[in-house]
Amino acid sequence: MRIASLLGPLIGLVLVSAFFAVLEPDTFLSTYNLQTIAAQTVIVGLGAIGMTFVIVSAGIDLSPGSVIALASVVTALALRDGWSPSMSALAGVASGAAFGLVNGALITGLRVVPFIVTLGTMGIARGMATWLAGEQKIDAPPHWLASVMEKTPSHAWLLVAPGTWIMFGLAVVAGFVLTRTVFGVQTYAIGSNESTARLCGVRVPRVKIIIYTLAGLFAGLAGVMQYARLTVGDPTTALGKELDIIAAVVIGGASLEGGVGGIGGSIIGAFLMSVLADGCTLTGVPNYVQEIVIGTIIVVAVAVDRVRSRRRA
Amino acid sequence: MASPAQIRLRMRGIEKSFGPVHALAGVDLDVAAGGVHALIGENGAGKSTLMKVLSGAHQPDAGAMTLDDAPYRPSGPLDARRRGVAMIYQELALAPHLTVEQNIVLGREPATGGVVDRHAMRRAVNEALARLGDPELHPSDRVADLPPGLRQLVEVARALFGDARVVVMDEPTSSLSRAETERLFEVIDRLRARGVSVIYISHVIEDVRRVAQRYTVLRDGRSVADGDVPAAGAPEADSFGATVIEAMAGRRLDAVYPRVPHEPGEVVLEIDALSGARLPRAASLALRRGEILGIAGLVGAGRTELLRAIFGLDPVREGRVRVAGVSDAGAPPRDRWRQGMGLLSEDRAREGLALGLSIADNLTLSRPAARLGIVSRSDRDRATRALADRLSLRFRDCAQPVGQLSGGNQQKIALARLLHHNVDVLLFDEPTRGIDVGAKADIYQLMGELAARGKAILFVSSYLPELLGVCDRIAVMSRGHLGPARPTTDWSESSLIEAATSVAHG
Repeated sequence: MRIASLLGPLIGLVLVSAFFAVLEPDTFLSTYNLQTIAAQTVIVGLGAIGMTFVIVSAGIDLSPGSVIALASVVTALALRDGWSPSMSALAGVASGAAFGLVNGALITGLRVVPFIVTLGTMGIARGMATWLAGEQKIDAPPHWLASVMEKTPSHAWLLVAPGTWIMFGLAVVAGFVLTRTVFGVQTYAIGSNESTARLCGVRVPRVKIIIYTLAGLFAGLAGVMQYARLTVGDPTTALGKELDIIAAVVIGGASLEGGVGGIGGSIIGAFLMSVLADGCTLTGVPNYVQEIVIGTIIVVAVAVDRVRSRRRA
Repeated sequence: MASPAQIRLRMRGIEKSFGPVHALAGVDLDVAAGGVHALIGENGAGKSTLMKVLSGAHQPDAGAMTLDDAPYRPSGPLDARRRGVAMIYQELALAPHLTVEQNIVLGREPATGGVVDRHAMRRAVNEALARLGDPELHPSDRVADLPPGLRQLVEVARALFGDARVVVMDEPTSSLSRAETERLFEVIDRLRARGVSVIYISHVIEDVRRVAQRYTVLRDGRSVADGDVPAAGAPEADSFGATVIEAMAGRRLDAVYPRVPHEPGEVVLEIDALSGARLPRAASLALRRGEILGIAGLVGAGRTELLRAIFGLDPVREGRVRVAGVSDAGAPPRDRWRQGMGLLSEDRAREGLALGLSIADNLTLSRPAARLGIVSRSDRDRATRALADRLSLRFRDCAQPVGQLSGGNQQKIALARLLHHNVDVLLFDEPTRGIDVGAKADIYQLMGELAARGKAILFVSSYLPELLGVCDRIAVMSRGHLGPARPTTDWSESSLIEAATSVAHG
């Protein structure tokens, strides 16, 4: 049943890939281009892992784009101040997790809807990133961090950037957590019917705080990856990325009404987004066409899911 | 039997199927002009489908209807209203922000060229209100500010505004106080005197006896019994309730309410002057092991709020709850489950079950089959299967969303959650609402078995026969106050109604 739910997004990914492969057979299927796609998926893919938890719980998080920028700035600043690369990366991830924690605490503590809370923290995180960076890009020596996002890895046997493997590894772990642990079941239960979860003794606020902290953590990690890719901390980066992330999760089969969705689908959704972006660049299609296409795909994906779930009921 | 000329509405051999489900399998109904005809039946017996056929919302597959001897086959609700058939729905269909007057004329505002003719409107509304016997309804009152009883009268006025010949009332007294109920009955009497026919849907035997002259019992989409409602004091009046219940259930009374012998033991749950934010008000009770304690009362009396306050779903303002040797002033549901208490919600779809979640996860949500936070699917599915067998419940797959099951089976899953948790104190809020007779009997049987095993059950219900049939003791709640629990043998349907409405009167 779970495999079947991946079929739709997978068919979409194959169709879109086939389309570009036919259109640009030489460039699209080249090793370098496939490696580019794999590396470009990492940022949205990591964000989508965290976002899947949020959306399955019937929530939404608009802050990851800004948090990615903040985490990239924090990582760069730590490196510039002479921190080791791993400690700097950790600082970046921690800054994201901290923002997620704030999101969760505000949503459960003030009982304000996630849309509004994260709309607020979206601005706050972006502002903090700009402030910390002194309104400019932070140049810092990346050391080995840059190799994490190398499109052509220096260890050729890896085939794709280490960051892609990190994303896959975390996707497997997150998939296990979401489907096989009590926390995961409670996440689905809250999204499916929060009153039922409460009735059954689920500590709803606690679970929600963990969910948003996780989402922040993954956005923070995506920010570290963004730094590794650009090798600068940029407070203006990843503008609007939260929408790509949400789109990836929704294309992957999650319902914004909660209770439905999975990590596998979200990763496929993230790949679909980067294949589209890459293919449009290769074929020389202007950016605005790409935006129109992605927008159309989101609407179609959700509409198809509606029809399917109605038939199931 | 009334001569044909006096029959206002005649329904013959009405059939209606939805896919493989025969909702109506041949219903006959004759309603006299100026008569009140009670339509009685369990949930799912076909009452609402029949009324939807009458109101034109459904087209029948077979059968014929006549209205005042003219063929009647409405194309839709609007057509039915034009022909003089008006429905008053259980869920009040009023716009709360509009005034009484605006609600009455809604959709049929007297107007010239799109401009509402205020004088004509006021005149027509006053006429309709006058026909109700001049109740304390003012055309300019906002509906949201009215008590439920008066809102009901607005609906009746709306029906009369259209010069209705047949008015259908669906469970009209379920949320009314005694005084409001009595006022509604007076209005019905007045309608009858004016020659209006009323179809009165209810399963409160007392109400039927008070207001109706004829009755028809529906079961499984067929009319299975009908006759005259015996006048008070008539020889068959005493057995009328039992006759109707047995006709509704299609089995003998003792088969509907199986008795499993059980003996009360020590007290496991003590409530001391418990008050919620609004309801209940200083409620006290003591529940024993091996006991089924019923709580009767009107809708809105605070019975659900009492259970929710006990279980920690609603805040407790004052008072104490003592369970499993621990006394506290309100603890969250998580603690209650740990203390061995479980609650079956009255609202399956909105609270009791996460309909999109799997059967197994719904059943084990309060106590997941897990070690170190990791769910064992085999343990979970084994526990689910075992309980399903015990409740004679069949389904394809434990991973199936629970929303795909029928109402009765959904309720069994919600109930199985309490069994899975193996709680000692079970709080049941309307456990048989909206499920079929077979599933009901299963649930009564299960309640008896649980009591026999020393479990304690607090049983809230609006359906008096089941309280009288199942409980050891019954207490009545009225306006947030809980009366003393007395042995079931001391109660009758009328004394329960009396107790439920007497304080509400003041």
